Amino acid sequence: MRKKLLPKTLFIIAVLLVFVYGIFLGTDPDKAIAAWKQQGPLGAIQQNIHLGLDLKGGTHLILQVAVNEAVNAETDRVMQSLREDLAKASVTLTDITKPDQQNHPETIAITGVPPDKVGALRNTISDTLPRYDLSSGAGTTYQVVMKPSELTSLKQRAVQQAIDTIRNRVDQLGVSEPVIQEHGLGDYQILVELPGVDDPARVREIMQSTAMLDIRLVIGGPYPDEQSAIQANNGTIPPDAVILSGNTGRSDQAEYYVVSRTAAVAGSDIRDAQPSRDENGRPDVNFHLSNEGGRRFSEFTGAHLHDRLAIVLDNRVREAATINDQIRDNVQITGAFTEQQTQDLSMMLRSGALPASIHYLDEETVGPSLGADSIRQGVLAAIVGMTAVLVFMLIYYRGAGINADLALLLNLIILLGFLGFSHATLTLPGIAGVILTIGMGVDSNVLIFERIREELRAGKAPAAAVEQGFAHAWLTIVDTHVTTIVSAVILFLFGTGPVRGFAVTLTFGLLANLFTAVFVSRVIFDAVLNRKERGEALSI
Amino acid sequence: MELFRNTNIDFLGKKWYFLGFSLIFSIAGVLSIAFWHHIPLGVDFKGGTLVDVKFANAPDLGKVRHAVDDAGYHDAEIQRLGAATQNELIVRLPQRETSEQSLDRGRSEIIAAMEKYFGGQGDKLDLNNSGPSQIASYLLNKDPLHLGTDATTRYNEIARQITDFRDKNRSGVLSSINELNGAVPQQVVNALNEGAFTSQFAVRSVQIVGPQVGAQLRKQAALATLYSLAGMLVYLAFRFEWIYGVAAVVAVFHDTLITVGAFSLTNKEITLTVIAAILTLIGYSMNDTIVIFDRIRENIKLYRRESLSEIVNRSINQTLSRTVLTSGLTFLTVLSLYLFGGEVLHGFSFALVVGILIGTYSSIAVAAPMLVAYQDWRLAKTGTAAVPGVAGRRTKMRA
Repeated sequence: MRKKLLPKTLFIIAVLLVFVYGIFLGTDPDKAIAAWKQQGPLGAIQQNIHLGLDLKGGTHLILQVAVNEAVNAETDRVMQSLREDLAKASVTLTDITKPDQQNHPETIAITGVPPDKVGALRNTISDTLPRYDLSSGAGTTYQVVMKPSELTSLKQRAVQQAIDTIRNRVDQLGVSEPVIQEHGLGDYQILVELPGVDDPARVREIMQSTAMLDIRLVIGGPYPDEQSAIQANNGTIPPDAVILSGNTGRSDQAEYYVVSRTAAVAGSDIRDAQPSRDENGRPDVNFHLSNEGGRRFSEFTGAHLHDRLAIVLDNRVREAATINDQIRDNVQITGAFTEQQTQDLSMMLRSGALPASIHYLDEETVGPSLGADSIRQGVLAAIVGMTAVLVFMLIYYRGAGINADLALLLNLIILLGFLGFSHATLTLPGIAGVILTIGMGVDSNVLIFERIREELRAGKAPAAAVEQGFAHAWLTIVDTHVTTIVSAVILFLFGTGPVRGFAVTLTFGLLANLFTAVFVSRVIFDAVLNRKERGEALSI
Repeated sequence: MELFRNTNIDFLGKKWYFLGFSLIFSIAGVLSIAFWHHIPLGVDFKGGTLVDVKFANAPDLGKVRHAVDDAGYHDAEIQRLGAATQNELIVRLPQRETSEQSLDRGRSEIIAAMEKYFGGQGDKLDLNNSGPSQIASYLLNKDPLHLGTDATTRYNEIARQITDFRDKNRSGVLSSINELNGAVPQQVVNALNEGAFTSQFAVRSVQIVGPQVGAQLRKQAALATLYSLAGMLVYLAFRFEWIYGVAAVVAVFHDTLITVGAFSLTNKEITLTVIAAILTLIGYSMNDTIVIFDRIRENIKLYRRESLSEIVNRSINQTLSRTVLTSGLTFLTVLSLYLFGGEVLHGFSFALVVGILIGTYSSIAVAAPMLVAYQDWRLAKTGTAAVPGVAGRRTKMRA
């Protein structure tokens, strides 16, 4: 009985070609060909199979967004407008406060509302604050609480905005293929992966700087310390002023300034910041203001000619300069910056401010030398492991060993081709997954071959023994794959970075194994049997 | 070639040896977990800072200790990484900062201390701790090749060649600038000799984990292990009667316990990748067990006259060749990973090496005898045989 194997053989060759294409050309053949021309076939493979940070080197961060800050900013604004609106509606009250800023920034308490004004209070709130609920507390206290759905979406927006801002900043650093995405489930965390970046201090500076820049009026200063700042102003700081520390680079001593509490121009008015140099060649930052901001700034500088203004960055005075002319919209800040700092600062001003501060939860830096060693060792382990398996199969099963070895090689090609097509990331544990796939993949062949041997011993003809062997081994092979894949899927759901890479290669390696060990191996057996005379022994 | 042919080993007759063997290892592990090394958790679970430093020559441990003490970290652990010839050390700082803001203070202070003791030539460029952009800008300043318009590109390229040579051929540490002879033009080497130096160390990797992430990860790992075991139970309940499922899960639990015990006994750290290895083992060890159980069920139907212990023995012997071969081959690949896969994967491959040995053993020595023990117990109690073979959903012959 001869089987027609041509269609199956053609199918196998087609699969082989597709995945070889995936390994060398991937989804972007032009780039891959360019890389091949430059660095040979290995370059093309590296173009298609993305290496994880642990192999390529780079920085991995998990950041926590302090979402409550964004909520506080929102409720602060609401408290301000509430004061005005309630005054307009002639609702008398003792105070508007936030009882628990730390844990419940979404709750505003209004105390001392007389009973006859409650109706007006209700109306004002339902008219002006549709996203808040009003509830009555003890006595004359009322609570205005942000609706839960609004609270969640506000926090979510803060995370999204932080992601966008960080992406803007990272893009300007020129990092290739950065990953910036939400991490975990609802913990307001962000995962950042920066391949090839191994100077974490600088990354941190860029990420974490909130870049809050504004321009204020200088009331007095510089003073050497806060005490003398207070003394110079007759012992009290006026309510519309604050003391800020300064760093203008004019002297080595500490500087303190008394400046106005409100800003003449805020960071959101700034457009198109660029690093440049002042007339003395010192690095400075040059920026324009928006129309609205320009109008305000022009009024401000007109009203305060010959006074001094302070440029305040992240609550530190970076420059205090006398206003000589009315300025409309072009501003320079000079103030003890290095060239690097002016570049970073203008970049941060362009990309916008973070909506809330971020904290580092976790940071991992892998230097390129460790990555290179890991690749070398991983590949060596794979080659040794694979050679050992291939040689063992040849010795133990002779003719059928060739069959198993071919299936195993095809298994490897499909797995690597899959990585090339899918842009899944290959990590060091991922390489371990490839090695394990080789070891576990060959299990399927062993199962089948052992069963065929058993059938042959029982006196069956080779063709029937092969038939029975495959039929009986099939369910067991499914069992072994299911149990391992269940573990791998759980790993994928719970793991991060490198461990996910392991789950991915193991899962797809074993899926490919179903095809190679069962289908391909069977076709090879049938091809061998077709060429044999009836009754001739099978090499197994 | 064939290793096992018609073996007829009385496995059940040796059940007391097996029990003793399992108990010794389990108890040793449990005792070590309870009283000795506990469960040594890696920095990713425990939190803290880990700095991996490679030296050009064999590092003087006393001097490193001194540098670390100088930075104020008297509680830091210093540990050699891998073989002594690798000249690599790990400095481990316990979690100290409670505020997330100053999380990376330890790193910068340790590096500064290393710089002071093992680097330090003032303002010169440290070739071992500089990135390509710093080297490129140094070269651009010196312009040793007197390049015109394309200077920036060319020097960037040379800087990249230098770091590639350092990282790929010298594992990250150059012991002198002259090692670059041949890799880059002579004029460049001369220019580097003028204003650069090679410090005796390079930082290979840094891992900093805050308390919050550590706690989160511990919870996730525990959940993942539980879900994995539960998933197996569900799968087995679907495939077999419940007593088979219980026996298999007990065997897998036994494997996990002994593997974790081995980490405790040898004081190796359990990291996230080790957990990945253990989860993989849960799956792997389970399928050896399934193969034997399948045979038992098949044989219960074929040999109705035989006692359960005879059937179990027969089934183990029939599948022995397959069990030993497949485990042996997987073990071969895992062993190669353990021997050649490098330090980063050390814990991962150690777990697999131990786990595959134990997993194979437990399928034969724990899971199958449990079925017999259960039946004996039921017989003694009620007088009816309790281990069903025919009631399974599938009755086909199995491999």
